[in-house]
Amino acid sequence: MTGFDRMATVAATEFRLAFRNRWVLLATLVFTLFALALAFLGSGPSGALKADALTLTAASLSTLTVYLVPLMALLVSYDSIAGEIERGTLALVLATPLKRGELVLAKFCGHLAVLTLAIAIGYGIAGVMIAGVHGADDAGLLAWGRLVATAVLLGAVFIALGMALSGVPRQTGTAAALAIGAWLILVVLYDLALLGAVIVDQGGMFTKAVFPALVLANPGDAFRLYNLALIESNAPIAGLDGLAHTLPFPVSSALLVLVLWLAASLAVAWALTRRIRP
Amino acid sequence: MTDATVLSVEELTVRFGAVTAVDGVSLTVAPGERVALLGHNGAGKSTLFKTVLGFLKPAAGRLSIGGVIPGSDAARRAVSYLPEQVAFPKALTGTEILTHFARLKGVAPKAALPLLEVVGIADAAKRAVGTYSKGMRQRLGLAQALIGTPRLLLLDEPTSGLDPVSRREFYDVLEASARAGTAVLLSSHSLSEIENRIDRIAILAKGKLRAEGALSDLSRRAGLPIRIRIEAAEGRVEAVHAHLGGERVNGRSVVVTCRAEDKVGALARLAELGSDIADIDIALPDLDDVYRHYSGLTVEGATQ
Repeated sequence: MTGFDRMATVAATEFRLAFRNRWVLLATLVFTLFALALAFLGSGPSGALKADALTLTAASLSTLTVYLVPLMALLVSYDSIAGEIERGTLALVLATPLKRGELVLAKFCGHLAVLTLAIAIGYGIAGVMIAGVHGADDAGLLAWGRLVATAVLLGAVFIALGMALSGVPRQTGTAAALAIGAWLILVVLYDLALLGAVIVDQGGMFTKAVFPALVLANPGDAFRLYNLALIESNAPIAGLDGLAHTLPFPVSSALLVLVLWLAASLAVAWALTRRIRP
Repeated sequence: MTDATVLSVEELTVRFGAVTAVDGVSLTVAPGERVALLGHNGAGKSTLFKTVLGFLKPAAGRLSIGGVIPGSDAARRAVSYLPEQVAFPKALTGTEILTHFARLKGVAPKAALPLLEVVGIADAAKRAVGTYSKGMRQRLGLAQALIGTPRLLLLDEPTSGLDPVSRREFYDVLEASARAGTAVLLSSHSLSEIENRIDRIAILAKGKLRAEGALSDLSRRAGLPIRIRIEAAEGRVEAVHAHLGGERVNGRSVVVTCRAEDKVGALARLAELGSDIADIDIALPDLDDVYRHYSGLTVEGATQ
């Protein structure tokens, strides 16, 4: 029995549990409904722009994804370590030949498989329906595919972050509080604080030099900037997103930011799990 | 340390900051031997287990599992563990949980599944664990621990909360695996729970090993007194107390203690009191008294 077999076992069990707990169903429904609502109810495609429907919805959905995907990712991962300590199963699992690093990586893979499935099905259904109703062009399909792929990457970042936070406390309740706090700070308050600073600064040094880097450093903003910067259209964009076309960095640096967040979070999760006395 | 030792603990000390949880404990367990670790909450039983599993690092002393260090690959394959409190995922079935742990331990699931029969929950194998009773969950935990016939079984208070029938069956399973050569180290906080199904007992109190040996030896060595409670007839308690000595309780009763060999003499003196006595109750020391004696708690009514 190799480490790979053990990891496959842990990942498969996580995946099975997510199915049993109806988590996959719930997440898929949420993604499908929000994507469809944006496409058909919101301020999405109208009038002469019909051929661009997929592109335009991809643009507005990328903003919603910044809120939705991190939330679902943290929900799936927040109790992965603390929950096992609380239930007493961590001691049992770590008494077997399974290594701690294997446990962290396997759980991450299991959670990511669950989230990927939910995003792919949810956004997939919405994409097919939009294309069916409004038609689709190459640019639209490309924008949609990019949205799904980067949404999965964004999800991976927040799953790893949730696991790192889950390695801090010994109680599931505390882990849940930490996860909600992380979501609030990274997804909501961070942008508000930056906007506030820009308003106070009134076009000074901060706005020109520091602000773009700070926006890019946030995983949610990096995801949104990447998607918006690559959408060649006159889709209405406002607020922080105005930066998408004036970013003083190459677009690919946004992807690099996401990968760095992912690597750092996984490393922290692993380091914290090594310290745990089950 | 001889080759016949599965677990060898020498002068082990484990500390949490300023607190010494295990203090200079030495203990060995041989293949096929069942040893019970007794102690009240906080005596150091779980800490000792977690050190044997390699979760905690000893501050001093040596610990070896068949010659290898705790937590190493070889040690993990040799040792199986059942924690005191374990809640398996409610949505999974017994079969799925056993398959999961068999794979983690590198054992073919097919070879592990008959264990559900061994512990008596084969009928519920396809049901979700959320529907199991406490006893069934504990049996599943035992089945999990028996996967791959481990050389050493570590069971942390495995029978607490089980009904007497389940407990007896639990010890039947342990007896069978001990006969097959597995060394069993289990913890309990009550001697009477062990029901003479154990070869050797080690009593732990405040991290220190207080006594070790077969139950009958410990019981004899303790030399605990017999306790006789005499209820005096109406208004005669003073007379009874004057004649027998001992301790007055409840206004109407007198309690005297005596050694096992003085029992007949004590009863003869009681007989002299005749109608002054309303009732007599004789209590022999039970297993829990023996345990309390060694763990340093006072035995009720004992005069030593």
